Amino acid sequence: MNTPRRSPLRSERRGDPEKTSGTFVGMPAFPEAASEALLDPQLRHNLSHATGTIRAKRSNVVAELPEWEDLRLAGAAVKDATLRSLDTHLLRLEEQLTANGATVHWARDAAEACAIVAEVARSHGADEVVKVKSMATQEIGLNEALEAEGIAAWETDLAELIVQLGDDLPSHILVPAIHRNRAEIREIFRTRMAAAGRPAPDDLTDDPAALAGAARAHLREKFLRAKVAVSGANFAVAETGTLVVVESEGNGRMCLTLPEVLVSVVGIEKVLPTWASLDPMLRLLPRSSTGERMNPYTSTWSGVTPGDGPREVHVVLLDNGRTNALADQVGRQALRCIRCSACLNVCPVYERTGGHAYGSVYPGPIGAILNPLLKGVGNDPQTDSLPYASSLCGACFEVCPVRIDIPEVLVHLRSQVVDAHRGDRRPSGESLAMKGAAYTFSDARRLERAEKASSLAGRVLERFGRTRLPGGRAAAGRLPGPGAAWTGARDLPAPPRESFRAWWRRTSGGTSGGRSGGTP
Amino acid sequence: MVTCVNDAMFPGTGQAVVTLLRRLGVDVEFPEAQTCCAQPMVNTGYLDEAVPVVRTFVDAFTGYDAIVTPSGSCAGSARHQHGIVARRSGDPGLERAVADTAPKVHELSEFLVDVLGLTDVGAYFPHQVTYHPTCHSLRMLGVGDRPRRLLEAVRGLRLVDLPAATECCGFGGTFAVKNADTSVAMGADKARHVRETGAEVLVAGDNSCLMHIGGVLSRQRSGVRVMHLAEILAATEGTP
Repeated sequence: MNTPRRSPLRSERRGDPEKTSGTFVGMPAFPEAASEALLDPQLRHNLSHATGTIRAKRSNVVAELPEWEDLRLAGAAVKDATLRSLDTHLLRLEEQLTANGATVHWARDAAEACAIVAEVARSHGADEVVKVKSMATQEIGLNEALEAEGIAAWETDLAELIVQLGDDLPSHILVPAIHRNRAEIREIFRTRMAAAGRPAPDDLTDDPAALAGAARAHLREKFLRAKVAVSGANFAVAETGTLVVVESEGNGRMCLTLPEVLVSVVGIEKVLPTWASLDPMLRLLPRSSTGERMNPYTSTWSGVTPGDGPREVHVVLLDNGRTNALADQVGRQALRCIRCSACLNVCPVYERTGGHAYGSVYPGPIGAILNPLLKGVGNDPQTDSLPYASSLCGACFEVCPVRIDIPEVLVHLRSQVVDAHRGDRRPSGESLAMKGAAYTFSDARRLERAEKASSLAGRVLERFGRTRLPGGRAAAGRLPGPGAAWTGARDLPAPPRESFRAWWRRTSGGTSGGRSGGTP
Repeated sequence: MVTCVNDAMFPGTGQAVVTLLRRLGVDVEFPEAQTCCAQPMVNTGYLDEAVPVVRTFVDAFTGYDAIVTPSGSCAGSARHQHGIVARRSGDPGLERAVADTAPKVHELSEFLVDVLGLTDVGAYFPHQVTYHPTCHSLRMLGVGDRPRRLLEAVRGLRLVDLPAATECCGFGGTFAVKNADTSVAMGADKARHVRETGAEVLVAGDNSCLMHIGGVLSRQRSGVRVMHLAEILAATEGTP
């Protein structure tokens, strides 16, 4: 009876070393990972198609609400007020949950949270659990931790199932298999489903309805068999001790109602004081996330209800770096995040690199701030590279339903990264360049000397260089050394013969002597 | 404020601003003590290094009625980031000076439309042009359709819509070299959209973005020129 039902998927991992771990551990820093991803034309095509579609849907349904900006302000205000007295609301939540017959656990970090969930499963002799899609359980690496205990964790969200069967990593918060097209999904189902349970039908096509049908049949036996379910929560209402899960497929409802035991891992920032404060959130989330006016399933449960749903309910309140983020006065706004993914869908960087390049279950603009805030900076180059994985274009802030000023936090975290490395024994080339620039820009006479030197280089290029920009201006083609990063794919205009300031002086403020050129 | 990029690389843009503003009757000065707005340091995370640069900025510009700059990005830096740098310095004097200069900074199209109340600046430019709204002018400053209104009033100019205009070109300051491959991938898509318009000239309000998109367009031998908004607005029948 208690032979561990180990996931057969794991043994199939071979070849690609990045996939043998099934986690993001050991991922390279963003620039390298992004460069690699940019070489995959199928990925670029899949992402631009998928994010373009969902962007348009969101934009249409948001435009329907003239009060959208007020809703955003309300959402941000609710979250800010709650975060300001988070301790009070969490204790109230615990009190109400306990009164409703739930068992509340507090987990400082991923290891504690995983151990709690494993212990609950073990105490019921379970060798498998069914899972509702949950970012918190991905963040703590729960599936891997359970597997190490001989417990198989089955993802039941369609996209999560595709990722799990494909031995893959999630690349999007809402649509973790966004990097896959339907032909790839058919292939994964055909070759991998049998090893995990009910096989895909022999005549499976790549028709979306057929693919969903295969997943439905495959998952149904797991829903009916599992004794223990694991979920997260989108929100936790303190006044009544109620957890809320918002979903589209109904798999969550199955997991939340059929098994005997339910364990929910909930980040401490998910708490809301009242049902009234839930109101703006439930209006903001679906439109921002799936581009729907309302999501198909919203499940709420308050502890144990005799004769209805799970007989044993556990709630694991997870910190895992959240109090560190809360202590950061600029960064704490990231804890408002309701995991809608609007920032991913609109991000021009994400659209080109995909989610894997961010090396975390939280990719995209929100991942670029959330990961460093949760993990701290100055410890590993991968995390330190994330605040720089943005052109600071601001499109993310524009769509964020809770008005997280992501560019502001990115710039703030960049200064933390720089400050964390100020004591390094060998200063980086960048820090020397910045010190040099600061020296030059602190005094106009120094800048003038630098401009004179660069105009000399410009004259050389004008005389001997072969590259010309449209319009005739001389340019540098491919440069060696540090210049290669720019000129690998972009021509660089040659410095002009005369800087603006030299022209201003020579012509007494443009009143004599004429122009010197130097248009772009 | 000419900006360091225009001073060192694109003096023609600064000259165009001088020509244009004088034509419109504005008394223009170039305080020679000016250098850079410190954005390269701030946006790369070097706040301590930005402090003396912001100090140089306020020393150069304190006392003027309006600080006009042909860059949405540098205007955004002065208005929204100088306060952060001043707080970092711990110098209340610098904080006060910044609080005085920051609100006086205007991006060129804002100054023309809001302060001077003009959209027709008497320019003539008989070419087909497409306009890229740069991210900081669009989303940080909120210049809206001011540049378009200015361009639409230019005689002879035919303005064609740029597909996916509001999407970032991928320049992003040091992002362009720290994440060069991603930056170029974004720039290549922007360049493709520019070519699709069939325009002769791509115009924008930031030469740094234009240097990036123009660099891609030039490498592609596209034959499309890039020009700063100021240079088009400064052009008249009498200028070459």
